Amino acid sequence: MSNSKSAYSLSNKKERFDTHIIVVWVDNEAGVLARVVGLFSGRGYNIESLAVAQVDEKLKISRITIVTTGTPQVVNQIKLQLKKLVPVHKVADFKREDKAVIFKEMALFKIVGPNNKLESALKACKKYNPVLLDKTKKSNVIQITALRREIDKMSNNLKKFGLVSVSRTGAVAMTRGADIFK
Amino acid sequence: MEDQNVEHIFGYPGGAVLPIYDELQNFKSIKHVLVRHEQGAGHAAEGYARSSGKPGVILVTSGPGATNVVTALTDAYMDSIPLVCISGQVPTHLIGTDAFQECDTTGITRPCTKHNWLVKDVDDLAETIHKAFEVATTGRPGPVLVDIPKDIQFQKAKYKKPKKGKKINGKSHNHFSQRSIDELINLMSKSSKPIFYTGGGVINSGPRASELLRELVYTTGFPITSTLQGLGSFPGDDSQFLGMLGMHGTYEANNAMHDCDLMINIGARFDDRITGKIDEFSPKSKKVHIDIDPSSINKNVKVDLAIVGDVKNVISSTLKSLKQKKSKFLKSNKQKTSKWWEKIQKWRSVRSLDYIGSEETIKPQYAIERLYELTKDKDSYITTEVGQHQMWAAQHYKFNKPNRWMTSGGLGTMGYGLPAAVGVQVAHPKKLVIDIAGEASVLMTLQEMSTAVQYNLPIKIFILNNEYMGMVRQWQELLHDKNYSESYTAALPDFVKLAEAYNCVGIRAKTPEELDDRIIEMLNTNRPVIFDCMVDKVENCFPMIPSGKPHNQMILGPKDQESNKITGKGKSLV
Repeated sequence: MSNSKSAYSLSNKKERFDTHIIVVWVDNEAGVLARVVGLFSGRGYNIESLAVAQVDEKLKISRITIVTTGTPQVVNQIKLQLKKLVPVHKVADFKREDKAVIFKEMALFKIVGPNNKLESALKACKKYNPVLLDKTKKSNVIQITALRREIDKMSNNLKKFGLVSVSRTGAVAMTRGADIFK
Repeated sequence: MEDQNVEHIFGYPGGAVLPIYDELQNFKSIKHVLVRHEQGAGHAAEGYARSSGKPGVILVTSGPGATNVVTALTDAYMDSIPLVCISGQVPTHLIGTDAFQECDTTGITRPCTKHNWLVKDVDDLAETIHKAFEVATTGRPGPVLVDIPKDIQFQKAKYKKPKKGKKINGKSHNHFSQRSIDELINLMSKSSKPIFYTGGGVINSGPRASELLRELVYTTGFPITSTLQGLGSFPGDDSQFLGMLGMHGTYEANNAMHDCDLMINIGARFDDRITGKIDEFSPKSKKVHIDIDPSSINKNVKVDLAIVGDVKNVISSTLKSLKQKKSKFLKSNKQKTSKWWEKIQKWRSVRSLDYIGSEETIKPQYAIERLYELTKDKDSYITTEVGQHQMWAAQHYKFNKPNRWMTSGGLGTMGYGLPAAVGVQVAHPKKLVIDIAGEASVLMTLQEMSTAVQYNLPIKIFILNNEYMGMVRQWQELLHDKNYSESYTAALPDFVKLAEAYNCVGIRAKTPEELDDRIIEMLNTNRPVIFDCMVDKVENCFPMIPSGKPHNQMILGPKDQESNKITGKGKSLV
């Protein structure tokens, strides 16, 4: 691009992308999710998954868990930009590899097919504490709780047993031990 | 709002704000300035805020009223200007029904404000307004918006006074450690090629910050350069000042930034117009960044020492420590930096702002020089539009005081200068306010002349008229093979007649010979003036760092080019 006529400088740097889990505590007020999500889309950050719910009824605090990828500089910016939002109380950032943090995601699989396939599907999920939530002659709904990439794997594996629909919550996170993030 | 010391509101009425306009008449201490377009209200409020240090207040109606003000809000967001915008909204029960003049105002303005609110309960109204003022003015300042549905405006509630001292969510960051100050002083005493690089943060920190900055620069003897927004925080005619840096900055400022061994960024944000090619930006220096916004640190450029805090507090602590620990700093430092200053003098001798004069046509640079010479004793306030004229103004008009220079930097909004001048004049009725304009920009918001006439605001619109969108034309010449696509304005109005139509004064200057007399005529007119200064049509603004290039690869002006023509190869570098 040496002949570029761009008025802006071009970047041809290739940097390593890390996966981070960002946890944000916010006031549960109108538009707060739009603010957080808008910040990501407006500044070109990635969202791989998003989980949000109110966690404190009295204080009206919601906890948002976002899985994102970016260079260390970008992840740092994400944190700092989030902290600037008025309804944001605190922001935690964990690396996916972080052993001190538990990451879990729940998935519901609907399998349709003959009995033997339904059973094979249930068996295949065995490692991830499957719960059979619904069962008919032709179908199963299985719930598993696992890591993101394990669910990725399972949604692939179950195809051959007649997987017709997947619903996932997105990852949530919690630190191990007695300490909480301040 | 009286409790927030609001004296002026810039606004435009409409169906959804009429209840507020009803009440406004009962509050004599608040003066309403009726603009001609809501964008004008926004820029006027920006000019008001920048020149006075107080937040600018805007009042607009729902729907188009709110959408029209979006440009100004975005502009203020980019340049960190405190604005409080109050917009009307359709009644609560009609929200979401595509009612007449309804739009999702808080949705539209969410990314261009620091925060915004939709008030759904009249009991929250007072508190929300107070909060809005606090968010706009604390930390890194910026615009906020409060959307009030019409039914809420009709309701009555018990007014709550603003609560004192309660900080919301700790969004104002002003905690820095003495250790980082010591570290800064340590770096300063080790450096032999230092430079201060200062920005709009110094201005936003208040006049005291500029005083302290001067003291710091004189105490250290370091050279200083400033961004577009920082002009005026340090005297433009001082020998330690290297001029503006960046894309159209001086040769000495940019080279000094490139070669320095210590860069102290005070209240600037390493914008891409400043840094040029980021990979080659000032490769050999230790970088210090002083900023109130933590998210500015390491955003574009990684720094070695970050001090998050209000500029005036940081400088004041630095000065205090400097005096205690290194009382002879200047003396011991002089020798160390003498070679550096020699080098700077060499760069200076290139005289990068020079241009080839003319006796037939008015060179735009000459026009600004004369304007400066004839107004420099007057404590004048300058606003600009966006383009070549803006850069020439920044290069050739020397500012000695903060809050005297109002220009749209981050967003680069053509049409900013005229309404901003209206706002400045409202804040400073007795002062000389000049909008240095281009003919293309000024046409975008020219309707505000009518506002100026209505309120007897004697603003001076000094148009450098080259009939082109000059900066577009310049880029087309230099970067796009002289393909002058749509940059010439064929049917320009006669600005003198236009002035008469607006019931203000039109003056035209065509030759360098008559320029001074005409400018004096303008200055002696105590009414709004449109000054049509016919300048060289194809003059380019130099020096220039072509984007994607580092600081030490500048294109200099025509004098340099004659001996050092940009050939095919050089052009592709641009």
